[in-house]
Amino acid sequence: MSKAAEIDIVSVSKIYGTTTAVHAISLKIPAGTYCCLLGPSGCGKTSTLRMIAGHESISSGDVRLGNTVVTDLPPAKRGTAMMFQSYALFPHLDLVDNVAFSLKMKGVEKDERRAKALDMLRLMQLEAYATRRPAQLSGGQQQRVALARALITDPEALLLDEPLSALDPFLKIRMRAELKKLQTSLGITFVHVTHSQEEAMALADLIVVMNDGRIEQAAHPRVVFEKPATAFVARFMGDHNVISGRITRSEADELMLSVPAGGEFLATGGDAAGLTDTADIAVRTDHVRIGEPSEKGLGFTGSVTNIEYRGSSVKLSVSGAGVEDFTAILSDTEFFANPVKAGEAIPLSWNREDAIVLGRLRN
Amino acid sequence: MATMTSSETEKIEGGRAKSFRLPPALISYLQAAPLALILGAFLLLPILMITVVSFWDYDFAQMYPDFLTMNYAETLGSWVTWKTYLNTLKFAFLVWAITLFVGFWVAYFLAFHIRTTAMQMVLFLVCTVPFLTSNIIRMISWIPVLGRNGLVNSTLISSGIISEPIEWLLYSDFAVVLAMVHLYTLFMVTPIFNTLMRIDRSLVEAARDAGATSWQTLTNVIIPLAKPGMAIGTIFVVTLVMADFSTVQVMSGGQSASVALMMKNQMSLLQYPAAAANAVVLLVLVLMMVAGILRIVDIRKEL
Repeated sequence: MSKAAEIDIVSVSKIYGTTTAVHAISLKIPAGTYCCLLGPSGCGKTSTLRMIAGHESISSGDVRLGNTVVTDLPPAKRGTAMMFQSYALFPHLDLVDNVAFSLKMKGVEKDERRAKALDMLRLMQLEAYATRRPAQLSGGQQQRVALARALITDPEALLLDEPLSALDPFLKIRMRAELKKLQTSLGITFVHVTHSQEEAMALADLIVVMNDGRIEQAAHPRVVFEKPATAFVARFMGDHNVISGRITRSEADELMLSVPAGGEFLATGGDAAGLTDTADIAVRTDHVRIGEPSEKGLGFTGSVTNIEYRGSSVKLSVSGAGVEDFTAILSDTEFFANPVKAGEAIPLSWNREDAIVLGRLRN
Repeated sequence: MATMTSSETEKIEGGRAKSFRLPPALISYLQAAPLALILGAFLLLPILMITVVSFWDYDFAQMYPDFLTMNYAETLGSWVTWKTYLNTLKFAFLVWAITLFVGFWVAYFLAFHIRTTAMQMVLFLVCTVPFLTSNIIRMISWIPVLGRNGLVNSTLISSGIISEPIEWLLYSDFAVVLAMVHLYTLFMVTPIFNTLMRIDRSLVEAARDAGATSWQTLTNVIIPLAKPGMAIGTIFVVTLVMADFSTVQVMSGGQSASVALMMKNQMSLLQYPAAAANAVVLLVLVLMMVAGILRIVDIRKEL
């Protein structure tokens, strides 16, 4: 229905006084993508979003939306609409006036803008509450009003600042599905800031993992999950054990790593050749099994420090060979066929393709 | 045997409870008693006495308990009273309009243009500094500024802008309004500042996101949300101005009158019942004005 726009961020920095919140990041978000900016608090993801929206000045670099450079344009002239974390609904206005606010600012006639706002509320299934004030609505309803208010400007890109963080877990999952459905039906670009990797995995076509004002990885969720680019991404996404050590042998695309207490680990892929001295490797927690390794460097023997039963799976924490708190997720059938106890020493192993070399950010 | 024991223990516990505990209803009344006593003795009782006295008879030396409506008839039947009320309402309106305008912009500046909380507090305290001196002193200090040979006139004459001193600067309605604005603006600044500080800053951003200019944000978001503060400030200023007699007396040099000043004069002539009737009329008027303000603006959110 509306035109989507590509968002192009070119070496954009944000500097507050002496601290740099965002370090010259570059990112291209294709038109019609659901993009999630993911990272821990203080990583610069919200600053980035606010710079795209125009609520934060850009210290250096440029932002392009479609074919226009919007770096110095005010928010309303950019063709973006922002949905605020606390929704920022106007408490003194009823839903219709809240949704019609931007039309009123443009000077649209009262009847026309109210009719349009009602249509938008109907789309959000809120027409029954049209004359209520925001305070009389539940969190999920307030969120839909905020969406309606943002979408009535017919934006090319919708920017969402932690839209689900104020909702309870059950509602979070429901609203998540609604957001995805909305994005698919509108076809416009969504940029969604979140610190929940689960949320990002569920929604995004493009996950941008940020840390300390830099982009660690920007890729499809599957790539981010299966081939984390850096140790930070692997740890932040979870489901990977990260092992750091000295490189003892390095060949074309495989390297041997030795950790201080003697263990040796083999890993492949990544830009193994580009690394010297030290490296990080990641091992998928759910691909680890109990048993002797088929090849040297694809496993170790350690003692079980903790066992967590999770229903369909069992989580083992194992320490040994210089590796602390190595996590192995076993399926329940696998575990109960051959149960182990805490304190027991067990061999762990994995396949060649499950250990990958992680990159390092070059600044 | 067992039943006896249990009833015995019940008795003992019951007795203990009686000697140590008051009934809950009584406890609530006791908790409410101090405030009820203070309000009763210092607010309700005086108002009641004034109301009673307003129906009494009097001559030049004495009051006679009675039930006459004469005092009201005299008060409301005299054109002097009506003129005085109109004059007081005129002061109230002018002072209200000016303090609202000044107060809003001072509060707006403090709340939205001063970035740090520390600086906000410092500037707010600066606003309150004049209040460390007494009302009368602050009022009287206008006299050397506005007088015939005061600062303003002598400056204007020496710089050649005027040749004769301006007469209306002091002992005029202008002087009364000026002094009242000076005395009461802070009562407007404080509640408005309070409401403005509570406005979520993301609302301003949301308005900007929706394409609102600063002026549109002000009229569509900030002013509507500041209304409760404005209403509280209005109540303060209006009630203070309606009850003021010293400012009017000093700054108008006796040339202007207010209801409270009229009452004061009546009391100095020992016409207490007449003054009491006047007070009741004024009280009813002010209460009606406050009720009107509360009808227009819901201030409950602020309390």
